[in-house]
Amino acid sequence: MEHSFVVAIQILDSTIRLSIPLMFACLAGLYSERAGVFDIGLEGKMLAAAFAGAAGAAVYGSAWVGLSLAIVVSVFLALVHGFASITNRGNQIVSGVAINFIAAGTTVILGQAWFAQGGRTPSLGGEQRFTGVALPFAEAARDIPIIGYIYAELISGHSILVYLAFFTVAFTWWVLFRTRFGLRLRAVGENPAAVDTAGISVTWLRYRAVICTGILCGLAGAYLSMAIGAGFVKDMTAGRGFIALAALIFAKWKPVPAMFACLLFGFLDAVSIRLQGSPLPIIGPVPTQLMQALPYVMTVILLAGFIGRAIPPRAGGVPYVKER
Amino acid sequence: MSESAIELVGINKSFGSVRANKDIDLNIKSGTIHGIVGENGAGKSTLMSILYGFYQADSGEIRVGGKKVAIASSNDAIALGIGMVHQHFMLVQNFTVLENIILGAEGEALLNSSISKARSELRRLEKEYGLDVDPDAIIEDLPVGLQQRVEILKALYRGADILILDEPTGVLTPAEADHLFRILDQLRAEGKTVVLITHKLREIKAITDSVSVMRQGAIVDTRKTAEVSVEELAELMVGRRVLLRVEKGDMRPGEVKLSVRNLTVVDSRGVKVVDDVSFDVRGGEIVGIAGVAGNGQSQLLETISGIRAAVSGTVTLDGKPIDVTGAADPGDLRDRGLAHVPEDRHYVGLVLPFEEYENSILGYHDRAEYLNGPFLNIDAIRADARMKIEQYDVRPRNERLKTANFSGGNQQKIVLARELEKDPGVLVIGQPTRGVDVGAIEFIHRRLIDMRDQGRAVLLVSVELDEIRSLSDRILVMFDGKVVGERSGEATEGELGLLMAGIDGKEAAE
Repeated sequence: MEHSFVVAIQILDSTIRLSIPLMFACLAGLYSERAGVFDIGLEGKMLAAAFAGAAGAAVYGSAWVGLSLAIVVSVFLALVHGFASITNRGNQIVSGVAINFIAAGTTVILGQAWFAQGGRTPSLGGEQRFTGVALPFAEAARDIPIIGYIYAELISGHSILVYLAFFTVAFTWWVLFRTRFGLRLRAVGENPAAVDTAGISVTWLRYRAVICTGILCGLAGAYLSMAIGAGFVKDMTAGRGFIALAALIFAKWKPVPAMFACLLFGFLDAVSIRLQGSPLPIIGPVPTQLMQALPYVMTVILLAGFIGRAIPPRAGGVPYVKER
Repeated sequence: MSESAIELVGINKSFGSVRANKDIDLNIKSGTIHGIVGENGAGKSTLMSILYGFYQADSGEIRVGGKKVAIASSNDAIALGIGMVHQHFMLVQNFTVLENIILGAEGEALLNSSISKARSELRRLEKEYGLDVDPDAIIEDLPVGLQQRVEILKALYRGADILILDEPTGVLTPAEADHLFRILDQLRAEGKTVVLITHKLREIKAITDSVSVMRQGAIVDTRKTAEVSVEELAELMVGRRVLLRVEKGDMRPGEVKLSVRNLTVVDSRGVKVVDDVSFDVRGGEIVGIAGVAGNGQSQLLETISGIRAAVSGTVTLDGKPIDVTGAADPGDLRDRGLAHVPEDRHYVGLVLPFEEYENSILGYHDRAEYLNGPFLNIDAIRADARMKIEQYDVRPRNERLKTANFSGGNQQKIVLARELEKDPGVLVIGQPTRGVDVGAIEFIHRRLIDMRDQGRAVLLVSVELDEIRSLSDRILVMFDGKVVGERSGEATEGELGLLMAGIDGKEAAE
């Protein structure tokens, strides 16, 4: 098989791997922001979940226990954000920033206290991680030119969380546009007063939205430390929570475009990793740091130039107070 | 069915030390249209909010259909058959009509079947009450009249027998208001009960069966509409005799002070909001610009006062051009004698958290009389503020009070005092009496007439047709960004109403 084809498949394969945490986090943000609660604490929730997942898996020896703990911790932080911004009508940006700081500090302190490995968790192996699952007939299909190869290399062999992420995209679309909960969720982000006068509790609705956010951030964090990685490392989210937010804006708060936006950012990431160290045609060797910065630079360019007019949910960021 | 749809007995409600509702007794007969009038802050909205479950009364009893009920939330109110059409529509702007109607009354967890059920129910309601509206239209694409119809449909879809409408005609053209009244008539004929909250006395006369007047939190009288005159109602509302139509002498027009030629303004979406508008305003005359809200009057006003840039056209002030297509500077215009009282005093005219005296010099704060070297001369500013408070009868008389704590009418007086006391040659004023009590309206109108009689030019924009007609010497009607007609101050409401609805000037004249 041609070398360039194999390379392309490899890049696409790592594109998928790298875009999964973004996808979970982006959908997480979607639930919250569609309900009118801005959340820049995605990053912090992911980080805390990554830590809780890795720590749980290391201690109890099961990836599923780790995942459950990751989700519990992330939902807890989401509820803290909800308590600050829904119940107490605090500033949502401040609350989000606080969660990011708390997560960044606490994970390292607890990691050091519990495992004494400089803030890391012990490295995970076997049952403690989510490893790739081979889809049916993957091996048999490998030798079929192109299609079979793509199936075996690109589509099969990912961890269960990867498939869950794609399923969640479709599920979120369905929830948002085909269910009563979705209708109310979209309404409360646009005009909470309309929801309130229709006899629906704005508070409870928004809490449910931030719980969804918590669950999905938990999955994002667990994926980072237990599927793509094998253990928690200090600051391992590396700004993915913010890139997910950028993807959300880029996708104009819609689930399917959000998936494509995350794949695009994942692709940039994959390309930058692939190109590290190898000289570019014409330009020649490029410093590694520059390549690593590429996804972030592209984020800025995309958001500034190509997005057009993104209209956020109209009630976003504004606590709901009944008019007198 | 019981005779009374709603009975309120001894309702009291306080917010802190303010008694918003005092011992309210009210009996609304089933199958009638009952009007509730009162000035802003008289407690009408509070009372209706109690009825709709937004607030709980401190004491008193509510009976619906003869039975004592507790209304703890909007849900309870809806369950009792009470529907409310709010002054600011409670609609989700980017939802379809159907989605808005089922919101909160979906029935099932999945939308498919509830939407199709709603569609057929909607068709039935449309037929029964003549409320045509496209169920798949997006709300923000609909004119306000239709949006209001969606609000009414929402209430009916939930099985409302009692419909409360809060200031429903504020945003409507006269024709749309007439249509609304026909709908209300139809609802009454079907046995529904309608409660109409308004401050427009003519509407009370036109449509209601009985009327209650509120003043300072209490109901001062309930009468059969047929047995009470508009003048009596006004007197009951304010507590003293009021002049509903300002007296004004003949105009003595001077030279052209403000001249607008071919002015075109485009908004952020690229839509022409002011389209090739030309007119003159002379000294000693009030030129009124009528039109339904959103037909470009606001943008015209903003452009002339230097807040918004035009794409083409010229504006001259005392014969000298204003750089409207470039960077016209409102401060500079003020120095040249153009004062601007903005439409929205909360966002443009005042800084609400500031103390009154600070707002009283905003925009004029760099004048020598308020300065002491590089610093503000606080003593001089406060003395000046006290003087204006006295002259304009601003209450409470306290220049150190936070501006947000003044009532709407008094806030408007603060802005007026600031702009008028500099004796401008030209006054550009938008919605001078929006949210202002009847008593203060009289005062503000008087001041505008005084300005005119002193030879100043006044450009007045208002969505209140009565206000335009009683103050203006000439009336321009704007529709869809264009001036579609010019009439004298004596034009009839019907004539102007047709123009406001975009019906061609010549047709309207016939």
